Amino acid sequence: MNGGGLGWWIVPLAVLGGAVRVSTPFLFVSLGECITEKSGRINLGLEGTLVMGAMSGYAVSYLSGSPWLGVLAAGAVGTGMGLLHGAICSLKRVNDIAVGIALMLFGVGLADYLGKPFIQPAAPQLPSLALGWWASSPDVQNALKVNALFLIGVALAPLLVWAFRVTRWGLILRIVGESADAARALGYPVVPVRIIATCLGGFLAGIGGSFLSLYYPGAWSERISSGQGITAVALVIFARWNPKLCFYAALLFGGAGAFGPSLQAVGLHGGYYLFNAAPYILTLLIMVATCSPKRTLVGAPAELSITK
Amino acid sequence: MLEDSAAALAAPRPRGLGRRQWAGGAAAAEAVLVPAGALVLSLLLFGLFVACAGVDPLAVCRYMIEGSVGSWFAVQNTLTRAAPLLLTGLCTALPAQAGLMIIGGEGAFVIGGLSAAMAGVALHGAAAPVALAGMTAAGIVAGGLWVALAGALRHWRGVNETISSLLLNYIAIAILNQLVEGPFRDPDSLNKPSSPSIGYGHMIGTIPGTEIHWGLPVGIVVCLAAYVLIRHTTVGFATRIAGGNLRAARMVGLPIGRLVMLTCFLGGAAAGLAGMIELAAVQERASADLVTGYGYAGILVAFLARQNPLAMIPVAFLLGGIGASGGLLQRHLGLPDAATVVLQGIIFVMILASDAVYGRLPWFRRAETAG
Amino acid sequence: MTGKTISRRRVLGSAAAIGAGAALGATLPFRSASAAATTVGFIYVGPHDDFGYNQAHAQGAAAVKKMAGVKVLEEENVPEDVAVTKTMESMIEQDGASLLFPTSFGYFDPYILREAPKFPKVRFEHCGGLWTPKDPKNIGSYFGYIFEAQHVNGIVAGFASKSGRLGFVAAKPIPQVLQNINAFTLGARLINPQATTRVIFTGDWSMPVKEAEATNSLIDGGVDVVTMHVDSPKVVVQTAAKRGAMVCGYHCSQAALAPQAYLTGAEWNWTELYPKFVTMWMKGEPIPNFYRGGFREGLIKQSPYGPKVSAAARQRADEVKAALTEGKYVIFKGPLTDNTGTVAVAAGQELIQSNATDAKLEEMHFLVEGVLGALPS
Repeated sequence: MNGGGLGWWIVPLAVLGGAVRVSTPFLFVSLGECITEKSGRINLGLEGTLVMGAMSGYAVSYLSGSPWLGVLAAGAVGTGMGLLHGAICSLKRVNDIAVGIALMLFGVGLADYLGKPFIQPAAPQLPSLALGWWASSPDVQNALKVNALFLIGVALAPLLVWAFRVTRWGLILRIVGESADAARALGYPVVPVRIIATCLGGFLAGIGGSFLSLYYPGAWSERISSGQGITAVALVIFARWNPKLCFYAALLFGGAGAFGPSLQAVGLHGGYYLFNAAPYILTLLIMVATCSPKRTLVGAPAELSITK
Repeated sequence: MLEDSAAALAAPRPRGLGRRQWAGGAAAAEAVLVPAGALVLSLLLFGLFVACAGVDPLAVCRYMIEGSVGSWFAVQNTLTRAAPLLLTGLCTALPAQAGLMIIGGEGAFVIGGLSAAMAGVALHGAAAPVALAGMTAAGIVAGGLWVALAGALRHWRGVNETISSLLLNYIAIAILNQLVEGPFRDPDSLNKPSSPSIGYGHMIGTIPGTEIHWGLPVGIVVCLAAYVLIRHTTVGFATRIAGGNLRAARMVGLPIGRLVMLTCFLGGAAAGLAGMIELAAVQERASADLVTGYGYAGILVAFLARQNPLAMIPVAFLLGGIGASGGLLQRHLGLPDAATVVLQGIIFVMILASDAVYGRLPWFRRAETAG
Repeated sequence: MTGKTISRRRVLGSAAAIGAGAALGATLPFRSASAAATTVGFIYVGPHDDFGYNQAHAQGAAAVKKMAGVKVLEEENVPEDVAVTKTMESMIEQDGASLLFPTSFGYFDPYILREAPKFPKVRFEHCGGLWTPKDPKNIGSYFGYIFEAQHVNGIVAGFASKSGRLGFVAAKPIPQVLQNINAFTLGARLINPQATTRVIFTGDWSMPVKEAEATNSLIDGGVDVVTMHVDSPKVVVQTAAKRGAMVCGYHCSQAALAPQAYLTGAEWNWTELYPKFVTMWMKGEPIPNFYRGGFREGLIKQSPYGPKVSAAARQRADEVKAALTEGKYVIFKGPLTDNTGTVAVAAGQELIQSNATDAKLEEMHFLVEGVLGALPS
């Protein structure tokens, strides 16, 4: 009933390919948010940062001719958004969840506005590395075509784990996230550390956004993001602030995103809206399963406002 | 998690008890002037923003005023756009009193509208008041339960309600699309999949002499009722305590779970009612058009009004006016519609940043000691 | 040309014909021949530079802007809710527009239907709607039989495809989309009777990530020519080209995005129609309430052939296009079986594409044999 070259194998192949393709923005955003949340701040504005990163990456790539320059520009813009978030939140009594929502709105609007001239033109895209050269089937080959950013993300996860655990910087970050008072007692500046952490988070989120517009789906338009920024934040929570688990969760999400269309490709046509909502349903279910009021947020930085 | 130390129980937002409560002139003046100042600053920033885009800021100002209040048409345009925001804003403002940050208004709106459509179609043959009552009940209950789910997940499973309510938005939209294109589709509505009509005679009409539907006065009344509930009833008081200082609330023995569920249900019910009104006053059939974005705009209204239902009324008018003038800005100045979103974002950020200013401006402090 | 088109249309029942004819003449609002500029408003549901549906309309609007004595207003990203009624009213009341082009299908019911009686002197030209004689007379509805061009797409695809597997990324299973899918498949099967078209519905008109995923899934399944019916084909075209597949475009030409992979495309020709309507309006001539056409009326056009289109393909495609332009070719000709085995069009029946009121065409709810996909019941 499918007439496809691979038959039912399309589904797991698509899920695998999707896991690799679609997960990269999730990966970068969640790793960035991991850093931010370890310092005790939650940045829900990453959706806006993601879209701004996608737009600016595309624009700079188009204007300069170099997609990697676009990626850097996206990172810079993301850092700027993170700085904005961090700075506003460092004012007294400002609620960081609210600021995040505000920046989400602002970032998306600004990106749509500034990105208008770039909807039409085609910007140079990021190259891909063929990791599937050993496979005989061109479709397996294609599923394993990865982008360098994905590999960077893959390397970043264990790097962050190591950094959090072993380096001095990681320790400072965690102390600030656990107890601002203790950090101050030890002489570490709480506010600058949080701002830097938010900037780093924004930097990574911006790069994640540039992946969307410069690699997959590889175009800039006003609806490029389907809530990846915000689901990536959820991802961090049920990955227990562990960068390695963030990586697996990002793969899971990417695969879930590819699930819907691939089912249609093998002939399962009913309920495609619900299948397309799979990532969101999945997130919700996992959050319900893994959180609990008593045990919840084990591993959560105690200063994080959502734990209070 | 809920046994953290007192220091960790800082309230996210609600003003709650304490100095803000019925303080006299200085606090009230501050509550109006600081947001007004933030607004003015936002407009200045926006003017700068459009100037950089090569557009004359004064022209923008002129068109914004003309488009929002410059004629009877403009005023009606503003009010029509404001009407749904009054209700969807409550979906964020009410749970905020209990300390929850819910952004699920869009999902509750959609589910409310969908359920109202189902009721409306089922009651197609009944008399108009019965059909309207049925639709209203369906919209309220469905929307209320949808958000109450997020509240329940938060209270009993510790799931962050901001994220869960947002996810429920996406899920609600998927359910709407699935039903409206599948089991709930009117077979005649081939090119635009929609539910069967609720019946033209069962629609909510407009206020005589205007083009504004009755949803506007309903929204105003509900906001006033919410304000009274929060400020003048025991339940409201208890909710604000729970939102302000969870540990104290527990010590006093307040039924936190029930208060959380109540505020979430009421907030969702308001958004669901807005969905029902959109269906019964404007759209007549459930379709993908129910995904209007009013839920998200309501979040903005609630925050700008600092979660105060009374302040939501002028704020909704403000945002309605911005939206109403957007058309003129597009047509005459070439400003894309994203420009109004940027303006809203700037206002939002400025208002939040102005949080830090309360109680620290010397002018107000002087007034306090003097008065 | 107007007269020829009107005489070609069959109207439902002779009574309706007489009634409609009289009504058309009597109640059509005539503009007074004043010297003031005519203000024409265009309303788009999405961004006007989306390389797709809205851009095609914007190109038409650009053609109108060049006309003397005409002022053009445009508003984009106007959603299908009360906002569009306010936009229309605002254009009429605040800007004095007398002719409006709300270009999204969903604006018709109930918004245009409600607004039109309030402004009897304003003309609402709606793209895609199904005006019936019981609707207000100051509404006009126009649409192009773009599936004729998709049929030619299919012929070219049939020649070009090596695997015989074609792919179609569609937004929603509404009749206008199904017409395209079916016409495309019928065209391909003229050349290769074993050709199949797999359809994936993304669920909404503009979902870049889903469209990219759908394209990838299709190509994973062995598809080597892809076409689409979404608001902005840009993502599908680029994704297909990146995977090495060929692509047929839609709405307007996306050849610039993938010059090697682009075979041909089905495009709107609003740049011809809009100035025509505006001129008629300014002169006070009656615009038909119900105007449809394909190649013959110049409402659609075919993109130039890309480098991968063989000479044989070009010749055959040109033949069919010429036949369509002369009105001698019927795409949906019985007997047609759908992909569940039921007879969709009986032997001897024809769904004539120049007949605007042929109900079955407008209510198409089947997928022809050769299409791999299913419709919601």
